[in-house]
Amino acid sequence: MALSNQQVTEIKRARSPLARQLDSGFVWLTGMFAVGVALVLVAIAVRVGWEALPAIQQFGAGFLTSSRWDPVEDIYGALPQIYGTLVSSLIALLIAMPIGIGVAIFLSEDFLPNKIQRPIVFMVELLAAIPSVVYGLWGIFVLIPILRNMGVALNAGLGWIPLFSTRPTGPGMYVAGVILAIMILPIIAAISRDALVAVPPELRQASYGLGATRWETLFKVILPAAFSGIVGGIMLAMGRAMGETMATTMVIGNANKINPSLFDQGSTIASLLANQFAEASGLQISSLMYAAFVLFLITLIVNVLAELVVRRVRMKV
Amino acid sequence: MLAKTDTVIHTNDLNIYYGDFLAVRDVSIAIPNNAITAFIGPSGCGKSTVLRCFNRLNDLIKSFRLRGNVQYHGQNLYAPEVDPVEVRRRIGMVFQKPNPFPKSIYDNIAFGPRLVGYKGNMDELVERSLRGAALWDEVKDKLKESGTALSGGQQQRLCIARTIAMQPDVILMDEPCSALDPISTLKVEDLLQELKEKYTIIIVTHNMQQASRSSDYTAFFNVEQTPKGRTGYIVEYDRTEVIFQSPKEQATQAYVSGRFG
Ligand SMILES: Nc1ncnc2c1ncn2[C@@H]1O[C@H](COP(=O)(O)OP(=O)(O)O)[C@@H](O)[C@H]1O
Ligand SMILES: [Mg+2]
Repeated sequence: MALSNQQVTEIKRARSPLARQLDSGFVWLTGMFAVGVALVLVAIAVRVGWEALPAIQQFGAGFLTSSRWDPVEDIYGALPQIYGTLVSSLIALLIAMPIGIGVAIFLSEDFLPNKIQRPIVFMVELLAAIPSVVYGLWGIFVLIPILRNMGVALNAGLGWIPLFSTRPTGPGMYVAGVILAIMILPIIAAISRDALVAVPPELRQASYGLGATRWETLFKVILPAAFSGIVGGIMLAMGRAMGETMATTMVIGNANKINPSLFDQGSTIASLLANQFAEASGLQISSLMYAAFVLFLITLIVNVLAELVVRRVRMKV
Repeated sequence: MLAKTDTVIHTNDLNIYYGDFLAVRDVSIAIPNNAITAFIGPSGCGKSTVLRCFNRLNDLIKSFRLRGNVQYHGQNLYAPEVDPVEVRRRIGMVFQKPNPFPKSIYDNIAFGPRLVGYKGNMDELVERSLRGAALWDEVKDKLKESGTALSGGQQQRLCIARTIAMQPDVILMDEPCSALDPISTLKVEDLLQELKEKYTIIIVTHNMQQASRSSDYTAFFNVEQTPKGRTGYIVEYDRTEVIFQSPKEQATQAYVSGRFG
């Protein structure tokens, strides 16, 4: 059935020109916001890279493998900081991942009545709102005394293991790791919980209907279905841990060295920047920018790896 | 009576509550072996509720309570020594909305058998189950692909295959065709006729033709308003021909002929 000309014009006129203009205007506006965010990222990377250029030309890849940070001779290398960044975040992840996912499981299943569960969920999320300088102070006054005693015992008993081979003096890599673990715990717990809660209830029913127990359902259906969300949360947390500055600087000891012992002092890229940026000039600033650029790249690599893991697993299950 | 009785599930004055709310009352029904029994009736009259009592899936609902008893081959399903997990392995369920796991087709089928530590040849079991659900020819070349990538009708047959891979005794189906197109619906109906050779099937359906075409027995449910809410009950239960051609109750007659409400 053909439409009459009249009907065709009616279809065309159904919405006023103003409504249509607003519509396309809105699409443009949101599009520009999206592009804008991406451009800010690119702009920061370019700027940091540009400022780092003199140091990149001077030291090249040797910057990544040298442990010398010598403002007097103007020779710089950031290996201890790269090492410290990776190790402190890894400690944090190893502690926070099992606890955070455990908390997420506990708070997403119906173990607790709603009235108790809700406030706990809220409090876990509130952990993320504590300023990092407060974490740092708490680390110095509360965490260090506790951890030092445990560290002394570990060193006395298991000192032959390289990880525990020095006597803890107070601040150190292990304190930074634990503080970071507490700081990223709410990120992992909250995002993992959202991912678990978002798993369609039909899958749970299907699993129970096939005679799976609660734990089989949890480990074989719910967790795999929430896997990509959980990995996303872990990556976000890892990024936060690697970039965290204030708390780390306050408890890591800021020593420019690499020691396999977790009880020794160290530094991270972020703590290096915080410590030196104010008084730096010339090639030293450029080297700090180079270090920042490296941090940028490490974060990028971690995210790409995470994406690959998620894809790999999604193809398998 | 024989150990494996002609009656598979038998309920006696079953009353089902959600909290204080009496959802279904006075259900007394005997489900015969190797036959298809249909539950029909308006929405909210408790068909799903009764069905889910038969494999103890209602246990997952905290407010659920039950009075009366459900016998499965003479064994009280709600006796304290009965393990609901074991019950669900024998009494499988297909849901209204197809719910394949976000895993490969193969792993969807193998999920249940792996839970019970199936020792036989898994590839064979997967093939047999998919053939049993009339899905093998359509998916045999893509067993590694995700079950969620199939069409709705294929997903539902995958769910049926997944259920029969457990080699259950009874299959409960809660409006298995309500989310499917007419052609997929016919495929599932054909499948029902094959399945009843081996299994006892109870199917909830809103589709009168489906009930009259496919089932051997039909229970007609209705609801009545009580001070505490709308309570469902079975109006009439008989052979399907009787329910559709010469029901005893006026309400049944009105419902099956479409003059209801
Ligand atoms: N989980 C539940 N909690 C409380 N009430 C429920 C629940 N499930 C169903 N009901 C109630 O029980 C009655 C029967 O529901 P249902 O068995 O789903 O009916 P049907 O499948 O016949 O449409 C309805 O009044 C419904 O609101
Ligand atoms: Mg229903």
